[in-house]
Amino acid sequence: MTTAGHRASLREAYGRALVELGERDPRTMVLDADRASATGSQSFARQFPERAINLGVADASMISIAAGLALDGRTVFVGTNAVFAAGEAYNVVRQSVCLNAANVKVVGVPAGIGSGVDGAPLAMLEDLGLMRGLPGMTVVVPADAPSARSATLAVAERPGPAYVRLSGEPRPDVTPGEIVIGRATQLRPGNDLTIVALGTLVAPALDLAEDLARIGISARVLDFASVKPFDEPALLRAARDTGAILVLEEHSVLTGVGALVASATAENYPVPVRRVGIPDVFSDAGPPDVLFDRLGLSAARLRDEAWELLKSRGKVS
Amino acid sequence: MGDEVSAELVETLRATALEVRRDVVRMTYAAGSGYPGGSLSVVELLTALLFREMRIDPARPADPDRDRLVLSKGHAASALYSALALRGFFPRDELRTFGRPGTRLPGLPDRRRLPGIDATTGGLGQGLGVAVGMALDARLERRPSRIYAVLGDGECQAGGTWEALLAAAHHRLAHLVIVIDRNGFEGDGATEEILGIEPLVEKLRAFGCAPIEIDGHDFPAVLGAFATARATTDRPSAIVAHTVKGRGVSFMENTHVWHARAPSPDEAERALLELGVPAAEATR
Repeated sequence: MTTAGHRASLREAYGRALVELGERDPRTMVLDADRASATGSQSFARQFPERAINLGVADASMISIAAGLALDGRTVFVGTNAVFAAGEAYNVVRQSVCLNAANVKVVGVPAGIGSGVDGAPLAMLEDLGLMRGLPGMTVVVPADAPSARSATLAVAERPGPAYVRLSGEPRPDVTPGEIVIGRATQLRPGNDLTIVALGTLVAPALDLAEDLARIGISARVLDFASVKPFDEPALLRAARDTGAILVLEEHSVLTGVGALVASATAENYPVPVRRVGIPDVFSDAGPPDVLFDRLGLSAARLRDEAWELLKSRGKVS
Repeated sequence: MGDEVSAELVETLRATALEVRRDVVRMTYAAGSGYPGGSLSVVELLTALLFREMRIDPARPADPDRDRLVLSKGHAASALYSALALRGFFPRDELRTFGRPGTRLPGLPDRRRLPGIDATTGGLGQGLGVAVGMALDARLERRPSRIYAVLGDGECQAGGTWEALLAAAHHRLAHLVIVIDRNGFEGDGATEEILGIEPLVEKLRAFGCAPIEIDGHDFPAVLGAFATARATTDRPSAIVAHTVKGRGVSFMENTHVWHARAPSPDEAERALLELGVPAAEATR
């Protein structure tokens, strides 16, 4: 299996899923904060103009307004750059959404290292730590366009607050596109090593597993798109079966899923864990593939980390 | 509902307001914490809303067609709880649980816990946005609900309040009524010394609201302002209610000191005596 094939936009898939939801449920609503062209929600706004509101460059109050809209049966999606959705509006998400148990789906798009000339101010690497710390919050990170659709439909079906993290870059289709909230998806079986991956790192995880297979190492690949609720049983099964876990994510290693995996295994079934994500730095400007390499997510780095883990288990020398 | 304000109605409302003030003192004293200053200033505004202006039914607190109240200055919860209890939403006896573990009456109101609370508030600057969302929802669903957002004046320093005002005016939410408890003081001192918000009425007008300036302790004026707001059909109304922080308890009036301080036993007794509670009861 190679991930070099067809690439599709997650935000377009999100936008199409919104239209699907809009057709299915007249109480679906979408709010934007002057970023509709970037969030993928424009087709919804064209089709259901009375159920789409652009609230201008006022991200935090867009989310408090969403909460007020969502208290009597409506499902409200709000989309904006993750730095505003999870960062600037954090306490609005906490108080007005979570503490009201409001049926608001916060979509952080784009999220991650960013691309182009912008650099750090709009490149959010800390959102998962913030959002997964909120009681009652559902957190989903789709890896590809089919998963983005699935995640959008899944959070709409599940009552209460949710956060969906979407990469702004087109990604190869690598998953079945059937996210079940609370469940990890095994994308590849294996017993020598587990690779836990999410979002943009799922495709590189599969490439890495393919590489390892060539030298006789079988790596289990788990897609942890459902960050919260977190499938701890699947993680601990993998720890028992494979004895070592490599975590790959486009997020700060300080508060990302790697930190979650390390603490869950340390408490329940200690095995060697290596967290590969963005180190304790802000992002930079440049093309995404260059930034991936510069920030420590190159294919070579992933291979080295896997190798270290396998060495510690005596599976390679 | 007629707009005539009879002397009898005013007397009834005044008697209710007095009971609310007594409860605020008792609750903050018993809990050993709370916000008596800004709770005492907003009493007439909340009493007029819950007992006269709003279409609400304690027997049907989730009626989708009801009017909504967002107490954006959530720290005035003790006054709101008392008024809700007196209005029949829950037994007045439950006020004793204010601020205790497991209570439905935490120091800041929690929609998930208590029927009658339409929004969880506490962190300032968010309540008006929630109210704007409620107003948009009511319009989309063609519900008759009117939405009331009660803000503190310190909260008018928060950016979220002004963002939400832009949205309220842009969408011409005439069924949204913003009530600002203009008691002049925030936690650390006088608003105009810390971060001035004047000229507030002009700002609200410039932001697209219909401002109404009143004495927030004068029931006929308060009810008249709500009537004016109901007659305004092209924009949200913003009632700037001039009030006295700590109103009704001489040593709590016109100071920030009682913003977030509970009375001692001696202070509670003096306060209750001033509020006309018989000595035998006040000293209990």
